[in-house]
Amino acid sequence: MNKLDAKIPEGPLAEKWNQYKAAMKLVSPNNKKKLDIIVVGTGISGAPAAATLAELGYNVKSFCYQDTPRRAHSVAAQGGINAAKNYKNDGDSVYRLFYDMIKGGDYRAREANVYRAAEVSNAIIDQLTAQGVPFAREYGGTLANRTFGGVQVSRTFYAQGQTGQQVLLGGYSALKRQVAKGKVKMFSRRQMLDIVVVDGKARGIITRNLVTGEIERHVAHAVVLATGGYGTIYYLSTLAVNSNGSAAWQAYKKGAFFGNPSFVQIHPTCIPVLNEYQSKLTLMSESLRNDGRIWVPKAKGDKRNPNDIPDEERDYYLERRYPAFGNLVPRDVAARAAKERCDSGYGVGKTGLAVYLDFRDAVQKQGKKVIKGKYGNLFELYEKITGESPYETPMMIYPAGHYTMGGLWVDYNLMTTIPGLFAIGEANFSDHGANRLGASSLMQGAGDGYFILPNTISNYLADEIRTKLPSTDAQEFVDAENAAVERLNKFLNINGKQTVKSFHKRLGNIMWDYCGMKRNEEGLKKALKMIDDLQKEFWRDVKIPGKLDEINQELEKASRVADFFELAKLMVNDALNRKESCGAHFREESQTEGGEAQRIDDQYSYVAAWEYQGDDKPPKLHKEMLKFENVEVKVRSYK
Amino acid sequence: MSRFFTSSIGQKFFMSITGIFLMLFLLVHLSVNSLLLVGDGELFNVAANFMGSNFIMKIIEPILALGLILHIFYATYITLKNQKARPQNYQVMNRSKADWAAKNMFILGGLILIFLVIHLGNFFWHVKFGTVDPISYNGGKEIHDLYSLVSGLFINWWWYDVIYILGAVFLFLHLTHGFWSAFQTLGWNNDKWIKRLKVIAYIYAIIIAGGFATIPAYFLIKYVV
Amino acid sequence: MKIKLRVWRQENSKAKGKFVKYELDGVDPEMSFLEMLDALNEKLIKEDKDPVAFENDCREGICGSCGLYINGYPHGKGNKIATCQLHMRVFKDGDTITIEPWRSQGFPVLKDLIVDRNAFDKIMSAGGFVSIDAGQAPDANSIWVPKENADKAFDAAACIGCGACVAACKNSSAMLFVAAKVSQLALLPQGKAEAKRRALNMVAKMDELGFGSCTNTGACEAECPKGISIENIARLNREYLSASFSEPE
Repeated sequence: MNKLDAKIPEGPLAEKWNQYKAAMKLVSPNNKKKLDIIVVGTGISGAPAAATLAELGYNVKSFCYQDTPRRAHSVAAQGGINAAKNYKNDGDSVYRLFYDMIKGGDYRAREANVYRAAEVSNAIIDQLTAQGVPFAREYGGTLANRTFGGVQVSRTFYAQGQTGQQVLLGGYSALKRQVAKGKVKMFSRRQMLDIVVVDGKARGIITRNLVTGEIERHVAHAVVLATGGYGTIYYLSTLAVNSNGSAAWQAYKKGAFFGNPSFVQIHPTCIPVLNEYQSKLTLMSESLRNDGRIWVPKAKGDKRNPNDIPDEERDYYLERRYPAFGNLVPRDVAARAAKERCDSGYGVGKTGLAVYLDFRDAVQKQGKKVIKGKYGNLFELYEKITGESPYETPMMIYPAGHYTMGGLWVDYNLMTTIPGLFAIGEANFSDHGANRLGASSLMQGAGDGYFILPNTISNYLADEIRTKLPSTDAQEFVDAENAAVERLNKFLNINGKQTVKSFHKRLGNIMWDYCGMKRNEEGLKKALKMIDDLQKEFWRDVKIPGKLDEINQELEKASRVADFFELAKLMVNDALNRKESCGAHFREESQTEGGEAQRIDDQYSYVAAWEYQGDDKPPKLHKEMLKFENVEVKVRSYK
Repeated sequence: MSRFFTSSIGQKFFMSITGIFLMLFLLVHLSVNSLLLVGDGELFNVAANFMGSNFIMKIIEPILALGLILHIFYATYITLKNQKARPQNYQVMNRSKADWAAKNMFILGGLILIFLVIHLGNFFWHVKFGTVDPISYNGGKEIHDLYSLVSGLFINWWWYDVIYILGAVFLFLHLTHGFWSAFQTLGWNNDKWIKRLKVIAYIYAIIIAGGFATIPAYFLIKYVV
Repeated sequence: MKIKLRVWRQENSKAKGKFVKYELDGVDPEMSFLEMLDALNEKLIKEDKDPVAFENDCREGICGSCGLYINGYPHGKGNKIATCQLHMRVFKDGDTITIEPWRSQGFPVLKDLIVDRNAFDKIMSAGGFVSIDAGQAPDANSIWVPKENADKAFDAAACIGCGACVAACKNSSAMLFVAAKVSQLALLPQGKAEAKRRALNMVAKMDELGFGSCTNTGACEAECPKGISIENIARLNREYLSASFSEPE
């Protein structure tokens, strides 16, 4: 039996969402007061979801691991947020935004969900503006837009290079308003340890208070996970160092299917690794590629100062390989090309794992002042980190793990395969297929939180009004807590010799080398074995100091890394299963003669949803076949 | 409105308006005193006696005293409260960039207060409760010979000259911050005006403190050195 | 590079803390300050000692988690940086670095260098929002905002809530934090309806939580990682005074 029913409403694409809303079941205001909802995560999806549900009248409990919801990593998104407002009168429309996302995702996303994301995009901009989010404006007072990679219209709204921060703070302020009203109860500094399923439905979570170490049980009529992506599995990534995949992983182990786990976006322009203690890779906005030229020396191991290398000895490899798009090829293509050059021995910098992004020509042609106007704050950020000025020396950049298109499988209701458990934002496998377009993550996350989930959850809760909530003393809660405590104690009792960080780093290296930008069968199989060995070593030799009932940051990290070992294996299995290349997933066995990604539509036009079968058994694959009724499936080419 | 008086901004508001009031007084005070430097003292005596006997000044005098007391009271209260806001201090002293005077307003205020007590003892006390030699110009009404009182002090006791000059220095520092800070607290400030106000603050502080310091210096140089 | 460290260690909020000295060898000038602390912790764990607890997350100066008082400077010496953006190249071989937590009545120490900044959340709940439910908003372009105001609102809104302003202020005043939010919303037409109530309530909450008052020293502006100007404090004063004189209790 196929357990996967995406529950896509009937009717024409453009009518589905309206018809759904017209037909969905409602909960009356009186009854909403009697329903409790848990929302885990307070980013650009979780904070608006918690606030909006509270506005509607539900009792919400909101959780985050940070000291305050405002620090969720959505805060770091730079570029902008897309909407099909067509304020520029340049021919944009909901359909065009939908089409760009489907194509950008290399035809591996669900049409109905993507269309709905595009449809609600306009309302998000209205909502955020009304909240006081200071988007960039024209002198006339109207909102400004800019263009982003991979599209031909200007539809990106932005607040300098800090759009994510401003959009997040809008949601945060809405959340704080509900906290003041007593409709949201805030639980910060909590780590979610497990999901509690009672009678087949998600009924609560187990958390650890990160200050006191106390283990807590929370019960509700529904649980919403808005816990973001798992890009830190690579150890070095553009994510916050504490970002993790544990909540989604616990859901998976309780029966929620995991969709397309191997689809990870590698961002091509990040500041490269500078030393062996490096903990984080900082993103440099995609917009830099508008004026910067990417190159490496023609000679291997050329250690000269880049400014001393004459033009004829430089290889502008993107311009050489992709004359039509040049330096502006999409993220996945640019990232792979950089890796190819470095792997072939042409990389620059101390480690040889970097390429130049050079503004010499742009400064000469347009003048320093113009370049400063466009990229001043980014150049400043770069200089703060590296101590070098991009006006004088070429920037060094290298790809880094960034965004996970994969995540918990959800149906049209954003509900996972566990009834009552919802996943929104980056935590779900979402609307981005195999590759995400710039400025669409804020859009999807906010759309889920403000406008989609608050509707679809009522469709579920309408049948829950009469259900009596289980007590937190119910056996399921006791068992979940005991298991969680047992696991934490196990960490503390290993008392080995190596630190969590050293294991995380090694795991990251394996994933980066074998399940990163390029994958092949041999490497993936090797990786499986290596992860397995490392995981065993971890459980034998990791050292966690301190106690359970205090602030214990090593213990927090340990449980995240322990989950990453398991998730890593699922990612590798997914990558092994998908023998085609599509979007960010590049299987070396499936490429064109020119070395470009080759999709195999007749075999892999599906979402791979994995079901947990137990620690010792391989996961079970379920396929959600993708139907494209409103777009023509084409080959992406940038030559 | 009631919580305004107890709010942090409300308390600062009173610091600000009493401060502005005292700064206005200093201007008047200096303009009268500057007459000490002109001629043989007749002008000063006439002006000072006018100020001392004038009906309006009789009303303003207690208001001035009240303004000063409020300024001191709120300064003390706010300072104590602010110290409580950091129960445990840093081991390494804060080195953040900030005006030295701004960080030491209370100390400067205290030094000025000590000076003020001496100053009042020297002159105000004599005028109100002691004896001041009378003088009459061109057969007119007898008035206090305040000029002799002042010049006598500055000529006969050189250390008073030093004390008065020091007092002016403390006042200068206090005013360099107090002037623009008063406007900031009232909300009359922005990024453009903050630079201008700081310049005006220095000009005002130089005029006031320089003016007051000139008087003992004048007597010191003219009669003592 | 070899570095000597004096770090504030405190087991929990009730314990009495003390400074502990450490020496760290092999510090790379390219390391960020937090990566140097990572290295120290790796060493401590291997030596069977308790690692130093400090908060951090995004490590790119935007989340506001990190905040250490380093050699007398909140976030260390440097212009417009958070602690995570401080790099070891600004120190010399053999330097002694003293690291302390933020000190304020409003920010009690939880462990070592971690303080509780929940007070900021409480202040935000007192009025740092526009009361608009999802779905009520008019078309975004129906609200026109002059570019100058939008830009100024953005500059104020750039606050990352790290608390360096409180840490730097000799009065440990939270005025710059409150002023940034009040200013942002006072500059925009969307925030006007609640402007008075917002200023009154946020200041009242700030006072209640034990922060000192602003004496205009400007240390907050000097240490703010986002360079938020004290002109916002002037605007808050303006808003507050006008609200006090017109708004009935």
